[in-house]
Amino acid sequence: MRRRVWILVLAAPVVAAAVLLVSGARGFAASAEQAQASNVEVKIDNFSFGPTTLTVATGTTVTWTNRDDIPHTVVSDDKVFKSKVLDTDEKFSYTFTRPGTYGYFCSIHPKMTGKVVVQ
Amino acid sequence: MTKKVKDEILHDHNQDGIDRRGFLKCMAWAGAGALCVMQGGVLKSYSLSRLSDLEPSVAAGELSFVQISDSHMGFNKPANPDVAGTLKAAVDKINALSKAPEFLLHTGDISHLSKPEEFDTVDQILKATGKEVFFVPGEHDVLNDDGAQFREHYGKGAKGAGWYSFEKKGVHFVGLVNVMNLKAGGLGTLGHEQLEWLEDDVKHLKSSTPIVVFAHIPLWTVYPDWGWGTDDSAQALAYLKKFGSVTVLNGHIHQTMQKVEGNVTFHTAASTAFPQPQPGKADSPGPMKVPAEQLRSVLGITDVNYVRGQQALAVVDSSLA
Repeated sequence: MRRRVWILVLAAPVVAAAVLLVSGARGFAASAEQAQASNVEVKIDNFSFGPTTLTVATGTTVTWTNRDDIPHTVVSDDKVFKSKVLDTDEKFSYTFTRPGTYGYFCSIHPKMTGKVVVQ
Repeated sequence: MTKKVKDEILHDHNQDGIDRRGFLKCMAWAGAGALCVMQGGVLKSYSLSRLSDLEPSVAAGELSFVQISDSHMGFNKPANPDVAGTLKAAVDKINALSKAPEFLLHTGDISHLSKPEEFDTVDQILKATGKEVFFVPGEHDVLNDDGAQFREHYGKGAKGAGWYSFEKKGVHFVGLVNVMNLKAGGLGTLGHEQLEWLEDDVKHLKSSTPIVVFAHIPLWTVYPDWGWGTDDSAQALAYLKKFGSVTVLNGHIHQTMQKVEGNVTFHTAASTAFPQPQPGKADSPGPMKVPAEQLRSVLGITDVNYVRGQQALAVVDSSLA
């Protein structure tokens, strides 16, 4: 009898720990998905924005990174957002709080255009 | 002395020397060098690599000046880690010309990132020529501040975004700005205000006055996919139609190229910093990396000579090699 009680006493914290682990992992996974949904990258390569058209949820932060040897800018057609000049590897972020279609371009090389669709 | 006239390209079928419907392309890729001279309605192309190859009457013009372009001070990427060094080489080249130029034109992208120290470095290096320098801005010179710094530094007495004109020995020079207020998907832009000013600036001039127009982005459509052209340049050229000799000098594309259309000779200068690819010959117009020992052969200066009585100015490209 004494022996069985011992097992139960030992087992309880193990089960509790296991439950915590599982729920913890779930919590971590959920927040990772959320992070992915709210932070999206656009890369500037070879005088073009990639992806050229990006569709994101409202509240998403988009980060542009210039990977060219030449400076670029990210300027919305309607002047909703406007980066400073981005030299090589510099970044610019903007959080889209309202749904809509946001056309943008590089004001130095205006043939470079892109679009963010916010849903 | 080598034979100077290499080939005669085009006859003026209309016998008027201007407004020809056809056009002629006389292209010289970076490092090659060419001279096109319009004489009596006939365009002659001279293949040139050195000033000494020139006809004495062309070389010893009444007015001599040098165009330099795209010094991109501050650029430090593999295509040229020493843009100050190559600009100094350009100055050496200018100082070694057999006929000293009266002044210099810089057709923009003086700096790479519009930083005050970049402009200062260029000023210091160009001082060694001892010549007056006339500037127009490139898109790299008007970053972040809509060109306020450029106008403060170089645009004293200029109009609008920095456009102006002046006379030298009977030649009328017009510096235009086509790098401001660029629109999404568009090319270079002069804008309504500047075009009106240009119309007014040239309308009192006699049609025999030689005109030199200089601006950063080409005023002819070189390659629109890369933005190498100016949306409203046709309007500007319409105001210059009455003149018998119009020379348009541009930079921006980091390679030499020429086109002659009617009475207008278009020319782009090499950069003193780094070469860019031929139109459409690369994924993008970004800096082109060439072997270090070849770099100076694809950079250069442009020497321009005006001889009274000749319809076109002689435009000669020389590499820094």
